[in-house]
Amino acid sequence: MTAPMLEVRNLYKYFPIRQSLTDLLRRKPADYVKAVDGVSFTLERGEVLAVVGESGCGKTTIARTLIGLEEQTDGEILFHNETVGAHERRARAGLVPLESGGVGTREQQVLPRMSMKRLRQQAQMIFQDPYESLNPRATILEIVAEPLVVHGLARGREERIARVKTALEEAGLRPAEDYFLRYPHELSGGQRQRVVIASAMVLQPELLIADEPVSMLDVSIRAEILNLLRDLRQKRGVSIVFITHDLSTVAYFADRLAVMYLGRIVETGPAREVLANPQHPYTRALISVIPVPNPRQRRERVILQGETPNPIDLPTGCRFHPRCPIATAECGKIDPPWHAVSPTHQAACLRIEQGTP
Amino acid sequence: MSEALLSVRNLTTEFLLPDGKVARALEDVSFDVLPGQTVGLVGESGCGKTTTLMSVMRLLPASGRITSGRALFQGRDLLQFSEPQMRAVRWKEMAIVFQGAMNALNPVMKVGDQIREAIELHNLMDREAAEKRVGELLEMVGIQRARRDQYPHQYSGGMRQRAMIAMALACSPDLLFADEPTTALDVMIQAQVLQLLKEIQKELGLAIVMVTHDLGVVAEVCDSVVVMYGGKVAEYGTADAIYNNPQHPYTRRLLASFPDLNRPGDTLASIPGTPPRLTDLPTGCRFHPRCDVKVEACETVSPPMLETEPGHYAACHLCQGREARFS
Repeated sequence: MTAPMLEVRNLYKYFPIRQSLTDLLRRKPADYVKAVDGVSFTLERGEVLAVVGESGCGKTTIARTLIGLEEQTDGEILFHNETVGAHERRARAGLVPLESGGVGTREQQVLPRMSMKRLRQQAQMIFQDPYESLNPRATILEIVAEPLVVHGLARGREERIARVKTALEEAGLRPAEDYFLRYPHELSGGQRQRVVIASAMVLQPELLIADEPVSMLDVSIRAEILNLLRDLRQKRGVSIVFITHDLSTVAYFADRLAVMYLGRIVETGPAREVLANPQHPYTRALISVIPVPNPRQRRERVILQGETPNPIDLPTGCRFHPRCPIATAECGKIDPPWHAVSPTHQAACLRIEQGTP
Repeated sequence: MSEALLSVRNLTTEFLLPDGKVARALEDVSFDVLPGQTVGLVGESGCGKTTTLMSVMRLLPASGRITSGRALFQGRDLLQFSEPQMRAVRWKEMAIVFQGAMNALNPVMKVGDQIREAIELHNLMDREAAEKRVGELLEMVGIQRARRDQYPHQYSGGMRQRAMIAMALACSPDLLFADEPTTALDVMIQAQVLQLLKEIQKELGLAIVMVTHDLGVVAEVCDSVVVMYGGKVAEYGTADAIYNNPQHPYTRRLLASFPDLNRPGDTLASIPGTPPRLTDLPTGCRFHPRCDVKVEACETVSPPMLETEPGHYAACHLCQGREARFS
């Protein structure tokens, strides 16, 4: 079996909290925000994985770590069987050699490494807010051509313009020439997000990481952007990690779904299967609050009270138990192991084990 | 309809732009709000939803002016009110939860003090009584009294939205305007806020006008719906009629673009093109450049508002019905 395109093994990302001087003097142990706390998943070529959860569940931190914007605390990110991520900054500081094995954990010694620049030719990110992720003083042509310049691709002017044109037209901005000399402020939100997508796709990456790509857009425009991402996946075979808090958009084009709560994946499986037969009480609650666009179908909603607790003092046992509608005393003590619902569908909840989910 | 709490009739609002041009932001907008009911104003960005609220509240910026129409609130035309008269109505009888509540609170003032300020400004009660009311209000929206002395940055997004709602309820209004109250909130918090609004409505008998672009939110909470496009009402009717018997092509496309969990895998029907610029409105029906069923008349003749069935109105040449007459 060939290795998956992207494999994440036991990823941890802790952010240290600044301590006050008195705490330092008292030798109080440092606190950490445990944003990502042991997450593993794989992604095949052409596959779309949706990572779903509320604010603060760690989904954006995963995205940022995948693309090297954050350095993971522990764990492995393998892209085509080469490790990426953590070592880059150390390599730049001359602490470890860049594109080879070196000091580090056992795994890292065995596996070849990939530099961040090489990774980013193949993996690109689409950020949430198209109003803030474009340089306001650059024209669309400059914005979309910049990745080519950075990576030293398409050196000739003609070739560069041709690639920008293709990327813009594939992103639905036709005719592309009309957009070349415009500035971001002259475009609507939907058009800006298309420019963001074009400048990610101009490098023809294999992986797109889309962090809430439609949440800032109007509903009618959302549909266009989601359809565009779906087309790109079909035509270009690009894999997508789709990060969202909105399960209703997931059903449209994700193959697999990973539901996150407080830094952990609590349920994962084929998107349709998880949506049709959710096992974890958190997944069930998330599905129940999706607004149904028909007043005749107002459903019984499981509205969880309170908000996601802060990931500094994590609850004992199952992290979800303080908000869980079906928690038992045991849930506060035992960290639930994975339970296989089907060969591809797993959920971490004690109540499933007990047969009374 | 005399029993309506608020009757907006033929409201037309214009903005004077810096370059001297006039943008007609609203044209001929009419709808009713019955006591205790929720009305949803729906449409894409720039369709005039927020301008409608601001016109009725008389909170338009200096460049905006209402050129015609009426807004009868309990029988009195708000559009004829002087500013002091308006001030007596605002907040005491009608209040608003502004868009972007995350940023609408004063960051250097304790949340409790901000709510008390709203009460004291309207000379409703002495400080001691006002303080008690602050506690009640916070409790009503599900915030512990102990958090009264905290600042907005110590609140989460959902709590700030709750605090904004508490502030709007400070003077027990009869009518609450909510401008995109759940946008930018997580789905679970969004559900909590909607549940809270519904509970408060039931308890206080409030009427709510909710502005949103999210049709799912509207379906969950609204009794009637006003679909707006390019500053005009495209369709107006009960929520059930709008969702199950939509007449206007725009409403139909808007509904089709909304992802529905019950039919995953369909391609989402998007609406090609962009909403019109208010300075450069198309002739005839404003929706015709994006409409897939347009006929010749759509390009030249602005469609009249037709009553397609009792209480259900649509402005489209393809609809059948008698010309609408709003009393």
